[in-house]
Amino acid sequence: MEVYDKKLTSRLFLGTAQYPSPAVLQAAIRASDTDLVTVSLRREAANGSGAGFWDLLRETGVRILPNTAGCHSARDAITTAQMAREVFGTDWIKLEVIGHADTLQPDVFGLVEAARVLSAEGFKVFPYTTEDLVVGERLLEAGCTVLMPWGAPIGSGRGLANPEGLRAMRAHFPEVPLVVDAGIGRPSDAAAAMELGMDAVLLNTAVAKAGDPALMARAMALAVDAGHKACLADPMERRDMAVPSTPVMGLADLNLAEKT
Amino acid sequence: MKILVNSEPHEITGPSLAAALMELGYTSPAIATALNGQFVARDARAAQPLHPGDRIEVLAPTQGG
Repeated sequence: MEVYDKKLTSRLFLGTAQYPSPAVLQAAIRASDTDLVTVSLRREAANGSGAGFWDLLRETGVRILPNTAGCHSARDAITTAQMAREVFGTDWIKLEVIGHADTLQPDVFGLVEAARVLSAEGFKVFPYTTEDLVVGERLLEAGCTVLMPWGAPIGSGRGLANPEGLRAMRAHFPEVPLVVDAGIGRPSDAAAAMELGMDAVLLNTAVAKAGDPALMARAMALAVDAGHKACLADPMERRDMAVPSTPVMGLADLNLAEKT
Repeated sequence: MKILVNSEPHEITGPSLAAALMELGYTSPAIATALNGQFVARDARAAQPLHPGDRIEVLAPTQGG
């Protein structure tokens, strides 16, 4: 797929948080075949070693998508994005403006405001948004060329809370890359998102908190690929009643009771 | 003068943001800074004067989702 004129070979974007160790994170990145991982910025201690994590990621060779996680206002998100651009050396930014601390629901008003400012400053904005179509339109007007609707609340692992909303989004924005971001818990959720016609899936906790993160990363990669291929293959329509798949014509008459 | 760095109070002598960072041991190249909520680019730190009570944020790469 192509985003902001860059070709990505994998449709799975992977978060880098909550892994049991840096080695497990590296193994999960490799197993996922991803070429885009999310990162963040946090306060540095004097003589600190944030650079260590950054070096570790650079070894993997994947593209970096910094986020503005934890920002509760457009202002905070804009400043964080500016800081991230300098440290990570990329103008790609996963824009989060959080409205509620408990649901981590996007503040879509702050999101649109920040997206407009950042796009004008040359950022390539990946907005973490809801499935709301009008908000999507506003984000595109603000300069975004990709939308990242939530599947379910961040870290919940509940899967797709509103598949019909995502389906409507796909229909409304046929040409815009759509990435389901957040809420994916299992490979079946990821496959379902891709079957709906989403272009990619971004997930973190589902892999990091699995018993075997690298194995789950592989499972997610296969599910994303399977769902994408299924979408291209144009699945059959669902039916209310059973329809025999084996031909009915030519069925033998083996009823012994009705001799004539 | 007294300033706040990542919400911790510090006493510094340096006149500039760059000098304060050096004085406090922030020597890693992989940091980004903000002064009173405004981003200050790496190249602008040396020319950025500080005033008592200024709030500085020093951020570094970390894991994220």
